Amino acid sequence: MVAGVAAGLADWLGVDPIVVRIAFVVLTLSSGIGIVLYGLCWLAIPEEGKDSVELPRFLTAHRGRSVRDVRRLGALGLVLLGGLLFLRDSGLWVGDRVVWPAVLAAIGLVVIWRQVEGARWKTRAGLGILFVAGGVGLFLAANVNLTSVRQGVLATAAIVAGLLLIFGPWWLRLTRDLMDERRQRIRSDERADVATRVHDSVLQTLALIQRNSTDPREVVRLARHQERELRSWLFPDSAAAPPGTLKGALDAVGAEVEDLHGVPVEVIAVGDCPVDNGLDALVLATREAVVNAVKFSGAPSVSVYAEVEPRKVTVFVRDRGAGFRLENVLSDRHGIAESIRGRMQRHGGRAEIRSAPGEGTEVELGMPLVAPR
Amino acid sequence: MTTPRVFLVDDHQLFRSGVRAELGDAVEIIGEASEVEAAIEMIRERLPDVVLVDVHMPGGGGRAVIEAVGATHPDVQFLALSVSDAPEDVIEVIRAGARGYVTKTITGTELAAAIERVREGDAVFSPRLAGFVLDAFASVVPGDIDPELDELTTREREVLRYIARGYTYKEIARELTISVKTVETHVSSVLRKLQLSNRYDLTRWATDRRLI
Repeated sequence: MVAGVAAGLADWLGVDPIVVRIAFVVLTLSSGIGIVLYGLCWLAIPEEGKDSVELPRFLTAHRGRSVRDVRRLGALGLVLLGGLLFLRDSGLWVGDRVVWPAVLAAIGLVVIWRQVEGARWKTRAGLGILFVAGGVGLFLAANVNLTSVRQGVLATAAIVAGLLLIFGPWWLRLTRDLMDERRQRIRSDERADVATRVHDSVLQTLALIQRNSTDPREVVRLARHQERELRSWLFPDSAAAPPGTLKGALDAVGAEVEDLHGVPVEVIAVGDCPVDNGLDALVLATREAVVNAVKFSGAPSVSVYAEVEPRKVTVFVRDRGAGFRLENVLSDRHGIAESIRGRMQRHGGRAEIRSAPGEGTEVELGMPLVAPR
Repeated sequence: MTTPRVFLVDDHQLFRSGVRAELGDAVEIIGEASEVEAAIEMIRERLPDVVLVDVHMPGGGGRAVIEAVGATHPDVQFLALSVSDAPEDVIEVIRAGARGYVTKTITGTELAAAIERVREGDAVFSPRLAGFVLDAFASVVPGDIDPELDELTTREREVLRYIARGYTYKEIARELTISVKTVETHVSSVLRKLQLSNRYDLTRWATDRRLI
């Protein structure tokens, strides 16, 4: 119950944990050796899943206390109390005046040492100091008469003040130096990070652009790619929609086609929702429409606009390119007939294509939402 | 119609001369500045029709110029220039009072058209800004709503949707069988809402990025 020692031993021996626990209790009651054994086992047996012996888990820092932890803490307290009472009865006892203040102070120390980091460390430290001070005070009150205490306190205070005067400035400077050093290290780390980023991507891209300067498509492709990369680095939370959502999927489609064909694809999405089967088909159909636009329209850029409404999602893919007569291509071009229209219809959606020679093309894709938002 | 008198504010010399060359005779460039303080002073002195102002500049950026000049000379119109049309780059200058923005990849003719539009007091919206506005005004806000400022009309929504789909004002007018002037009126009204609305989304969006 306390540190899982009994359960661990039982697991190792192949018996029920309760047997081991009873054995411990019997050993404890008869001679106190159980407590010692338990403590030794606790330190010596590694926790499950960990290679080395380390401090029992609840003595190390952890955030957010579960019911289990509280139960463990309670169990530990009871075992300690039991042990102490047993020692008191057995005659191995220094005396109430010493032991109880010592226990109080020990609890305080544990509280202080246990968790020096985290949000509530101030409260913890305060509580711990209160415990320790209480323990010390109790000890003094119970054991020494007060006049000598006063003298002692005065003498100690004088010594502490002297030490502070001597070492204080030196100590202050040391701390300040340390802080300065840490700040500088953080700054230089940041600079190194930026330098690597600039070197690895931006300078590389610039070199590539110089080498490909006769090919405008390639230059646009490289520049757009670099812009996306830099933006996602500079604004990590706003640039990329999370994957698995419609926005993220469409952004990815745009980036992919842009990279493949060197034509800018502007993706604008209003609203967002998770991608299910139907929307997956919608995304694939969108990709097909964008690729068609990029390949056949000759337009300098393609815009994709998606809008998520409570019951349906609509995507428009538009270019200002050559355009075409629908009756000329629909029957024989596999892309439009199968990949776009067929795919949408199979999933309960629809596709509508508007185009005229010289006026560009717009593909409208609609997909009802299975689970209305 | 006279050619618009334009003032250019950008901290990149290369870019300023590029814009000058591209605009050619379409506009009259009456001055340029490379920093915020000098820009404010010179604009107040020369009173251009339109100021082309870079979003990112040391010393407060385009926003500082727009706010300072706008406070004393509300007749001067601003068109922001940005390296890209991501909302995080431009929303603050729009909120500060710019009539719109264009990306630095724009062609000379398009830029001249945008300047003309801004001079007449109309707004210049990119597809991405239209998408952002639709998004920001889509959700229902709890509490006090001023429908004049915090909600879009159905027609405004329709117009924004077309802009987001990549339609020009002329094409939108044809699709909706209204005049181009009416489209411009709708867009200007959306711009006003975007600038003045206290919608939770807009403020939260801006404070998240420490713009306010």
